[in-house]
Amino acid sequence: MERKIVLKAQDLTRKVSSPEGELTIVDAVSLEILSGESVALVGASGAGKSTLLAMLAGLDLPTSGQVWLDGRELSALGEDARARVRADRVGFVFQAFHLVQSLTALENVMLPLELTGRTDARDGARTILKRVGLDERGGHYPRQLSGGEQQRVALARASVTRPAVLFADEPTGNLDTATGDSICQLLFDLNREFHTTLVLVTHDARLAARCGRTLTMSAGRLI
Amino acid sequence: MSQRAAVLLGLRSLAREWRSGDLAVLFLALFVAVAALTGVGFLADRIDRAMQLQASEVLGADLRLYSPEVIGTRYDAEAEKQGLRHARVTWTISVVLKGDATQLTNVQVVSTGYPLRGKARVADRAFGEPQPATGIPAAGEIWPDSRLLSALGAQVGDVLTVGAASLRVTRVLISRPDQGSGFVDLVPSLLMNEADLAATQLIQPGSRATYAALFAGGRSDTQAFATWLKGHKTAAERLRDIADASPQVGRATERAARFLSMASLAGVLLCAVAIAMTARRYVQRHLDLAALLKTLGATRGSVLLLCLTQLVCIALVATVSGSAAGFLAQMGLLAVLGDLITTELPPPGWMPLLLGLAAALLLLIGFALPSMLRLARVPAMRVLRRDIGPPPLGAILAFGPAALTVALLVAEVTGDVRTALGFVAGLTLTTLALTLVALALVAVVSRLRGRLGVAWRYGAANLARRRAESVVQIVALGLGLSALLLLTILRGNLIDDWRAQLPRNAPNYFFVNIPPQDRDAFRGMIEADGGKLSRMLPMIRGRLVTINGAPADKRRFNNQRGEGFAGREQNLTWATEIGPDNRITEGHWFTAAEAGQPLISVAKDMQTSMGLKLGDKLGFDVAGESVEATISSFREVHWDSMQPNFFLMFAPGLLDGAAGTWMGSAQYRPTDPASIAALVRRFPSVSIFDMDDLLSQLRSILDKAVLAVQGVFVFTLLAGVVVLLAAVQVTRDERRYESAMLRTLGASRRTVIAGVLLEFLLIGSLAGIMAAAAASVGGYIVSTRLLDLPFRPEPLMWLGGALGSAALVCVAGYLATRSALLQPPMATLRQG
Repeated sequence: MERKIVLKAQDLTRKVSSPEGELTIVDAVSLEILSGESVALVGASGAGKSTLLAMLAGLDLPTSGQVWLDGRELSALGEDARARVRADRVGFVFQAFHLVQSLTALENVMLPLELTGRTDARDGARTILKRVGLDERGGHYPRQLSGGEQQRVALARASVTRPAVLFADEPTGNLDTATGDSICQLLFDLNREFHTTLVLVTHDARLAARCGRTLTMSAGRLI
Repeated sequence: MSQRAAVLLGLRSLAREWRSGDLAVLFLALFVAVAALTGVGFLADRIDRAMQLQASEVLGADLRLYSPEVIGTRYDAEAEKQGLRHARVTWTISVVLKGDATQLTNVQVVSTGYPLRGKARVADRAFGEPQPATGIPAAGEIWPDSRLLSALGAQVGDVLTVGAASLRVTRVLISRPDQGSGFVDLVPSLLMNEADLAATQLIQPGSRATYAALFAGGRSDTQAFATWLKGHKTAAERLRDIADASPQVGRATERAARFLSMASLAGVLLCAVAIAMTARRYVQRHLDLAALLKTLGATRGSVLLLCLTQLVCIALVATVSGSAAGFLAQMGLLAVLGDLITTELPPPGWMPLLLGLAAALLLLIGFALPSMLRLARVPAMRVLRRDIGPPPLGAILAFGPAALTVALLVAEVTGDVRTALGFVAGLTLTTLALTLVALALVAVVSRLRGRLGVAWRYGAANLARRRAESVVQIVALGLGLSALLLLTILRGNLIDDWRAQLPRNAPNYFFVNIPPQDRDAFRGMIEADGGKLSRMLPMIRGRLVTINGAPADKRRFNNQRGEGFAGREQNLTWATEIGPDNRITEGHWFTAAEAGQPLISVAKDMQTSMGLKLGDKLGFDVAGESVEATISSFREVHWDSMQPNFFLMFAPGLLDGAAGTWMGSAQYRPTDPASIAALVRRFPSVSIFDMDDLLSQLRSILDKAVLAVQGVFVFTLLAGVVVLLAAVQVTRDERRYESAMLRTLGASRRTVIAGVLLEFLLIGSLAGIMAAAAASVGGYIVSTRLLDLPFRPEPLMWLGGALGSAALVCVAGYLATRSALLQPPMATLRQG
């Protein structure tokens, strides 16, 4: 089966102003990622990985250049239109988990479905929570869960809408090696099951090695 | 994300967030603020209405229509339609007889229902112990007053002849609520039923009689009827309401109403401070959530709608429960003050509830909406970089809704555009000044911190690092304290002024028509019985005939009152000294050298309505003699001083030879009720006016006004303290975390407490000093411009404001960090 291009960047550049003058964080990056692919973005701290990830996901806009996600040019869309693309096509996993502290595990997983107006949010969330092995802990608040469990909830939340692309920013960065490994395994299993494209930023060489492709960044450029 | 989904999600997550306790603080602040606002509103409304009711007693009604012609029942149908009660009074002067004894008497003929407000008081014998009367004299009966009985040598049970009718005395009239302090009753009076009027044949064509229609009802009904009546009454009919009836009562109720509205405004301000602070906290705590929701696909509108759904729900619950708490609190306060309130207060109205509800929602929109807009504008990128916040709002968006809300509420509460504009301008200037001083303080502290000890450096560093929060807190605390201190100043000035108006030793007896030859004997008899005559002035009647040589009745005057002055006989007097209740506004008082010269001093009221100026020559006809005098001064007269006063005062020596009588007032407590009867018998021509009833009526009203002011002030003060405490607690989480962190690094509890207290000490004392300054300026303006009171500076307030607010803020600060100091630092750090 021929795989289509799900993410494409063309001369993507991001500059910010600072007291020392204008800084180029991402410098004319071009890339293409195919559907179902798993790609690791690696590089030293400050290389521009997270900024590139944010632009690819439509969280931030480039200073110049274009980015397409599933055929739609994100860089030409307004904030709300980009939000709608994310609701339909994108999932996120963060280093700091970013679970809503006032919501239970189940309610956190329901959130993306509720945002799209789905009426079966609870059933959908229960199913995926069971898939990540936390069906017994759905009623617990984040502060009652371990770090590994919180990241499993975050993974369930990112996958519950069956997104086309799942972005992960240092998904194992806050976890010990063993827990990190199990999260990593779950991430790739879900990626395979749901035919999701995976783009992750990591410092973890072992995690990067499990990806189909590794892109290395340095001083804002792909090398 | 559909709008419906946003609302539903907002509602669903509201329940979840409520369970996790996140929204409790916002709810609490709103709840306290609304309780304060409605509590003050309820209390003010009830006491204000009670004062209005009592003030109405002075008229015996809420409205009184006077006419020289028979009024009859022509306005009664409309009054009934508007839900008002009505009664009639007719009075005429006639001779009343008992055998050979005769006495000129003011015959008061009343209809059933009289008086509509207050009660007549009667006794079983002359000068006896008064009891409230039930109803009016039955047909065939009369209630003469003690002076009439004394003059006729009559008693209860006797039959007196009034006109062509013979009527039996069944009670003695001690007082009527509407007897007033004017000189209409120069003669004794009696109360008679309207049913007997025809039989007396007192009213004949050409008879001199005055008619009054009395009306009373609910305040809005009365106002509506008064408006209608003004459009339908004849030119000869005069309408009087509470404000006209008694200047003291009119001024007291007006000033009390203004003060109470200021107190409500202080409540509004405190409410606004609390909402602004807590909305800010809500937004800070929800920035991450908003960014996350956006990352997960929520639009700006959806985020806003979701937050607003939650906020409106909280507002509604807080408003309803806060209003209920406010209602209960004022009930509690009234129960505590129960003994002090002599008359029953009317039941609370619904208006404060509606006003509280509307005000809370409006304040929420004005003070919370801008923060909510910031929440909607937070970039999704914040999920990756927490240092990215929402872009700042423009000045119009940030402050516009708040300013508009305050202006609307102030206009509603004061009902007066000038006051509203003044309030908004004062608020803006105070806010600006507080902001500038707060910024300066933070800058100075930042520079000084290197030279300070650990605890001081920690406190100073906190202030400087949380620059924006420190400035916001100083401004918020300063505004709240300004409102409270302003009320303190106004309350003091207002109460002092009221007490000065009616001192406990105010004269309680008036004596008119004292023959010159009896003057010294009369004085001697009063003083022998322990009385003290305060001032005696001669009085002579005269008609103003010319102004600068031209006939006075041909002159065009500024108003109807001016025509009245020119058309009727005037009471004239002369004196060597000006009374303490008179103040020269133009010209000078008569010097010793001017004695005997044709000079006259004119009251300012007369000057204004007749358009007179210094040097004008006034010509009088005094008992057939022409007297012309030049105006040498104008005087402002305090007519409500309970002392004899005159519009026209001649220089001493000019009229000394003219026949006349004397009048005076005295503070007099007869040792025996019969003393007055003896006085009447010995000086039959002297008219004696017992002002005790009127004085106690006035005192009771003023006491109520003082009570209202005190009660509402205490209420606002308590509300202010609670709201300010809530405001200080806004940065509680951050402070808890910092304190725990410092203790982890080895700082002692003492160091941490000292640092936190120092920070609050600086914030509190600065806010206090600024608030004292703002309140002094505001107090001066409001006292002199709005309440027409002399301004009395309060030097101690500066010290009290600074020390009090510093102590208050320190206590709040300590309470805020206490939990962090009591539990192990690790537990606090884990909670984050």
